[in-house]
Amino acid sequence: MKITDEIVDHIAHLARLKFEGDKKIAIKEDMNNIISFMDKLSEVPTDNVEPLIFMSDEINVLREDIPVVSLTQTEALKNAPKKDSDYFRIPKVLDK
Amino acid sequence: MNPEIRDKYEVVIGLEVHAQMLTKTKAYSNDINEFGAVPNTNVSIVSLGHPGTLPKMNKKTIEYAIKLGVACGCEIARDQYFARKNYFYPDLPKGYQITQDKTPICTGGAVIIKTEDGQEKSIGITRIHMEEDAGKSIHDVDVFDTLVDLNRAGVPLVEIVSEPDIRSSQEAYNYVSEIRKLVRYLDICDGNMEEGSLRCDANVSVNLKGAKEFGTKVEVKNMNSIRNVQRAIEFEIIRQIEAIEKGEILTQETRSFDALKGITISMRTKEAANDYRYFPEPDLQPLFVDQKQIDAIKSEMPALPRDLFLKYTQKLGLSEYDATILTDSKSIALFYEKLISFTKNYKGAANWLMGDIKSYLNQNGIEIENFPITPDKIADLIALLDANKVSSTVASQKIFPELIHHPEKNPLQIAEELNVLQDSNEDSIKGYILEVIEKNPSEAERYRNGEKQLVGFFMGQLMKISQGKADPKASNELMREMLSSTSSDNSTSSYN
Repeated sequence: MKITDEIVDHIAHLARLKFEGDKKIAIKEDMNNIISFMDKLSEVPTDNVEPLIFMSDEINVLREDIPVVSLTQTEALKNAPKKDSDYFRIPKVLDK
Repeated sequence: MNPEIRDKYEVVIGLEVHAQMLTKTKAYSNDINEFGAVPNTNVSIVSLGHPGTLPKMNKKTIEYAIKLGVACGCEIARDQYFARKNYFYPDLPKGYQITQDKTPICTGGAVIIKTEDGQEKSIGITRIHMEEDAGKSIHDVDVFDTLVDLNRAGVPLVEIVSEPDIRSSQEAYNYVSEIRKLVRYLDICDGNMEEGSLRCDANVSVNLKGAKEFGTKVEVKNMNSIRNVQRAIEFEIIRQIEAIEKGEILTQETRSFDALKGITISMRTKEAANDYRYFPEPDLQPLFVDQKQIDAIKSEMPALPRDLFLKYTQKLGLSEYDATILTDSKSIALFYEKLISFTKNYKGAANWLMGDIKSYLNQNGIEIENFPITPDKIADLIALLDANKVSSTVASQKIFPELIHHPEKNPLQIAEELNVLQDSNEDSIKGYILEVIEKNPSEAERYRNGEKQLVGFFMGQLMKISQGKADPKASNELMREMLSSTSSDNSTSSYN
């Protein structure tokens, strides 16, 4: 697989990022490197091999439905670049 | 719209219903799940999406989803794992929603609804899967900023996806009503559409009848009541048919319902934005559901509205109308269930519940849970009526109100205290009748001469001197009998 300008634009749009000029060339090269590295893996025959999704074979790692208050409102908002006393504030966005 | 034009088209609707689970905590973290809290107080490092934090699955969500699946006759998946659905939006702090993609917890099954002409119809369920809600963005409070409240982020949801089996906006209305009834009976969601704990998106298309393929599908969102689901779909059907009739090509898009104007508005075309790049969620271990767990949940299932409806119509002999009203809300049905454990007069019990009790609840704006009289006392009152010890007027106008004020008393005791016990003893009624006839000899004479309508006058007099206690049914017959056979001079001899 080859990363084209269109793919860079598409992925960038999904991530709400924009690449232009040299930066676009650089990211395209990086992505191509990653992809060709991954392509190496395709050389391994995987017919009749079940995909490995999880590294451990634990199942049903579950939690009881018991609430715990772990953060105050002030703590929750603490790291936000912009906030008021109740809310995170972000640049205006329209509906999804 | 011209009905002839409309009739040329077939309408195809599939619904996606999201239901917030009534768990105490969120889906993948232990912060509180509750509506209406102060913004950003029910959050944790997991629901805020802080780097390096790990989700942990809530047991209860799985149990609730299985309950719903069992209620709809779905297949419950044994092996399940979660997936990440990736998209960027400020109210989704992780940048992905943890959901189920390849292994939904429930597949197949159906919900039975009523069609417009009262027939039963089965709406297929494609799948039910577990996922999490996003936070809430508020766009209209501040001029420059969007405000984000993450209390809702991570609240457990099930998404119920129907087959495209729905053929009209009325069927859509009935389907959502049925789902809401079901989740409320199961106690897994409060079904409150205004608060957003039950939400519905509709996929609507139209095609010429007999066409081989479905028309272009349009998704409609933002309907905050079941009535608005119906309005939005109805608008959309007409819009699509008109467009096709004008020769326009419909685009596959998402439209938002504007409840004030009653119209749908295009939100965005389904393009690159919907590339969710699903992949398995590595942070949650897979689930395995065994038959034992399913059986345990099955054994604890409450009676479902449809089971009760069938029981009431087929076993108790109630009308479909009565059965529909009784099973419409779980709390009313539960009260009725208790009531009929104390009385065999099922119709009488239904009448009391839907009549005097419901109007008391409506007038006072209270729910049946807060109704002061217990079902056994209502059954006692019905028994008094059935034994002709009180008249129905006395029961509903004298005893019932007194019972509301003194729910600790029993109806018989109240009837005695109020001195309203009906007298159905033949001898004492005869005594009253004689007295009435003797006091009104000329009317008695006119009755014997053919003015039979005077029986009403005599009954009135009888109620007066018996202070309303003479059993009207027994009295009426005796009255006619005695009026016909007595004359003022021999009355005493023949009836002593």
